[in-house]
This record gives sequence, structure tokens and C-alpha cells, in this order.
Amino acid sequence: MTDNKQPAGSSFWNDTGKTGITSWIFSTDHKRIGLLYFYSTFGFFLVGVLLGLLLRIELMAPGRTIMGAQTYNALFTVHGVVMIFLFIIPGFQGSFGNLVMPIQIGARDVSFPRLNLFSWWLYMGGAAIILTSLFTGGGPPDTGWTFYVPFSARTGTNVSLAVLGVFVVGFSSILTGLNFVTTIHRLRAEGMTWGRLPLFVWSLYATAWVQILATPILAITLVLVMAERLLGTGLFDPSKGGDPLMYQHLFWIYSHPAVYIMILPAMGVISDVIPVFSRKPIFGYKFIAFSSLAIAAFGSLVWGHHMFVSGMSDTAILVFSFLTFIVAIPSAIKVFNWVSTLYKGSISLEAPMLFALSFILLFSIGGLSGLILGAAATDVHVHDTHFVVGHFHYVIFGGSGFAFFAAMHYWLPKFYGRRYAEKPALIAWALMFTGFNIMYFTMQVLGMKGMPRRYYDYLPEFANLNLLATVGSWILAAGMVIMLVNLFRGLWWGVPFEGNPWGGATLEWSIPTPPPTENFVEEPTVTHGPYDFKGTGKP
Amino acid sequence: MNEQHHIVSYRILVGIWLALLALTALTVGITRLELGGYKVLAALTIACVKAWLVISIFMHMKYEGRLLRWLLFLTLVTLAIFIGLTFFDVLYR
Repeated sequence: MTDNKQPAGSSFWNDTGKTGITSWIFSTDHKRIGLLYFYSTFGFFLVGVLLGLLLRIELMAPGRTIMGAQTYNALFTVHGVVMIFLFIIPGFQGSFGNLVMPIQIGARDVSFPRLNLFSWWLYMGGAAIILTSLFTGGGPPDTGWTFYVPFSARTGTNVSLAVLGVFVVGFSSILTGLNFVTTIHRLRAEGMTWGRLPLFVWSLYATAWVQILATPILAITLVLVMAERLLGTGLFDPSKGGDPLMYQHLFWIYSHPAVYIMILPAMGVISDVIPVFSRKPIFGYKFIAFSSLAIAAFGSLVWGHHMFVSGMSDTAILVFSFLTFIVAIPSAIKVFNWVSTLYKGSISLEAPMLFALSFILLFSIGGLSGLILGAAATDVHVHDTHFVVGHFHYVIFGGSGFAFFAAMHYWLPKFYGRRYAEKPALIAWALMFTGFNIMYFTMQVLGMKGMPRRYYDYLPEFANLNLLATVGSWILAAGMVIMLVNLFRGLWWGVPFEGNPWGGATLEWSIPTPPPTENFVEEPTVTHGPYDFKGTGKP
Repeated sequence: MNEQHHIVSYRILVGIWLALLALTALTVGITRLELGGYKVLAALTIACVKAWLVISIFMHMKYEGRLLRWLLFLTLVTLAIFIGLTFFDVLYR
């Protein structure tokens, strides 16, 4: 990261006079920490993508294709752990939350800049531990990312070290949540009332509360797994008076809300991008803001829907199924409001907007397939099949992932002062959207037909559809390569990106590009809402 | 937040400490009694009293402002809901 490639003007890239790697890894500037998070989380995303592609190649044909059962088990476990704990949970808050949120509320930094840096170090430490677990002891864990007992308590693979890594990463997440809640409460500029907060900030706020309240439960649960493995405590072992279902309860009390840690900031990005590229104020601002809080609240109470076939009581199944359907309401409120924002808007289909629009479709497909899983009767048929894999990827990749790409195209030029070329971005998007649907829709069909998840082999009748899904993964990967080459070549060597080319009305578009270290020369006074486009220089 | 901190006297601190010890002894004591299912209830009640003493005196919550108390209350309610919902499973299994 040398300065000479950036625009010559004074900005956070050069205005402190400090250079070299230490000016980054010990920086307390939220923008530098944001970029540290971006490159580290996105690096792990690329690792996860590679593992996913290998899994798809194995499933291209029945029988052993490129790996055996044990390798396959380890690979899907590591794919899940890396994607969930090292990319999508820390990704949004860490990178775009850090980069954009303090500027959007008119602050110079987060409330606790050193804690912010410490969070990144904790994240890197946890990631290092997880990586170490792959190559030491009994080899990479083969339990799936859920670490279910009794298998996780007995397997000879290196589960103990992997859960320790996740434990450490969890604390990074808690501290980021704490920092963001405090920042949003205490550091808003004059005039930045709660009713003028950009919806991205609202979504980060709701997410931060989930991080604070739910993550400690995961931490405790993982400590219990370690105690089970190392001390034989028997907490989850029926022969010693324990209860294996208690593990599932504890795990999902965190891990279901964690899905909302992944998707809520993504919804915030979409709520910020769609009005800008429709040239219209967002429809139903308050409803979108409060639906974020509602999703965070109700989403924390639905974990039991992961356990319908586990032997949990029928009463609990009824209650959790009912609660699950309630979460659909605030989610649908958001979708309807985004679509209403588009109505009669002056829509320009640039790259961030295309990713945002595909988010709405893919998230809706994922959400609706979620209702099939949330209804206990239908869940029994598709539980642990490829339908679940397809559903989850529609929500988290088609939803959060595409929103992440939207954010990359929307905000990264702001911090680099250079931009990507539009046409390759559109080609990349088209390929990714097509490949994505070929791959994951096929998986849902496969699941409906009864193909189980987490097996490296399958019956011959599933061969054609599996081949189709694998071809889809290649189209998706091709699109991603084009997107990444175009985006990063543009950020480093592309045409200058100055002023307010998108015509955004949030505060980050009112300061120089790239922003100076202190963000604002003097503390801003906010006089209009985040989607009031009058005076942004674009009709 | 550099307002003056409330200073708790040693007398109160020692008193609370002794109360905690006494409650611990009581927890051990009731295991000797024939209380059936109420034994768990009694143990949990004593544990709640002890936690309340620690939070209000040792952790100064008694002397904090309304915001912090509300936040603590909300957190505890959240935890209670989490635990409570699992009873739909455990009680009816």
C-alpha cells in the first residue's frame, strides 16, 4: 500500500506523514482499520470461494472425483468456518461499518479507536488459531461449521483448537458491537437526529446489539465443547446425565441471530444504494429502520427451527415455527419498501444498483425457501438436504454477498479516489447472477428430490443436476474474477473519482475524496435527511 | 464520565462478603433437606440473591444512573427469554 498510486491530494492515505506497514497495523484511524478488515475478511472470502469450488468439483460426478470422504468432510467444515466466522460475520461491520459509519454520523472516529484496533488484532489472532488448527494435531476439523456434539466431542480431528479460534474471533465481534453502539449513541454530529441516521447506520446499530447480546453465548458454548473434549465433563453426554440437545440450543441461540449479523448490514447497504440510484427518497424510512430492530429482536428468538428433527418437544416445535414466521414480516416490510422506492424513480443501472437489485430478488427467493424450512411439516422432508444448502446460500451469498459487492462498488472508490470501468463491471455482474442461480437453484431442486447435504457421493439419478450446479459454479467464479480484476485495477490505476458522482446525500459524500484522516475540517451540522437529494448536484 | 464515584465503606463490603458466605453455606445446607423438586428452586433463588448483592454493591449498580440500570435489566430479560424458551423443549419433551 504505497502512497504514490493514490491521488496526489492530501487524504488519509498520506496526511499523517506516516508510511509503511506499521502505519497501518497500528493505526487507530477507522478508515485504515476498515481497509485492514476489508482486505483480511475478503482474503478469507477468496479462500472460502476456492474451497467451495473444490467441493463442487467433487460433486460434479457420482463417486470419488477429486477427493475422498474425509477430505470432503474437512473441506466443507473449513469452507463454513472460514466463510461464516472469518468473512461474513466480521466483514460488514469491520470493513464498511468502520469505513463509512463514523463519517455518515458526522464523527471523526469511533468512540474507542484503540479498542477498534484491538478488535482487528483479536480477529487476526483468532484467524491464525483457526488456520493453525488445519495443519496441526489430528488435522482439520470434520464436524461441519456447527460443531455438533456428540461427534465434535469425540472426533480425533483438531476441533479444540478450531473452537478456540472461533472463541477469540467472537470477542472481536463483541468489542466491535460495543464500540459501534457507543459511537452511534454518543458521537452523532449536531442535527444528526435518530430520524436522520442513514439506514446503513440503523442496520449496524441493530446488528451491534445482536453481537453484544448473543455472541457471549457462543463463547460459553464453545468453552463447554472444549471442556467436554479435554475434561470429559459429560454436559452433553446422556450417559453422564448430560443432554446433547442442550448443545444445539446453546449453539443456535447464537448462531441463528448470527445470520442476522450477516444479513442486517447488507440490508442497510441496499437501503442506502437504492434511493441514490433511483433519485428518490427512500419509501418508509421509519419502517425500514424499525424493521431492522424488529428483525434483530425476533430473529433472536427463533433458533429452535434448526432443531425440528432433533427430537425436541412438539410444543417447542410449534412455538419456534410460529416465531419464525413472525420474522418474515419485518423482512417483507423491507422488500416492499425497497420496491416502492423504485416505483417511478429515475433508475440508473450502474454496478452498485445492479448488485442491489439482484439482492432483492435473491434474498426474496432465499427468504421464501426459508419459510418452507420454518414450517415444521415441510422441514421434515427437506431437512439436511441440498435444499438447505441452496436456501442458505441464496440468503447469505445472494443476499449478504451481493450486498457486499454492491458496497465494494459503491464505497471503495470513495476511499481510493479512483474508480473501476463500468462495462466490465456489468459483464461481471451478469455472469455472477447467472452462474449463481444455475448453481443454487439447482441445489434447491436437488434437495427437493432428496439429495442429502454433507456427503461426497450420491445416487446416479442426481448426476445431471449436480453437473449443472458445478457448471454454474464456474460461471459464477468467472464473473467474480472479472469483477475483482476490474474493481481493483480501477481502484489503483483507474480514472479519478472525485466529488459526488453517485449524487449521494449522506455525509460521506460531502467531504473530500479520499477523505482526510480527521474526516471533517470542522464538525458538521446536519440540516437534512440522508435521502434528501436536493443540492447533491444530480437531479 | 469523571463524576465523583460513590465509595462503599469497608464495613458494607465486609458485610456483603459475609452475607455471600452465609448464603453459600445455606446452599450447601439445603442439599441435606428433603425438599424434592423444590431443592433446585431454592438453590436458584439463593443464587439470584447472591448475584443481586454482587451486582448492586460490588459492581456499584445500586449507585449508577437510570440508563445503566435499564441496560442491565434489558440484558437480564433477554437472557431470561433465551433460557425460558428452551423450557418449551425441556418441559414438554
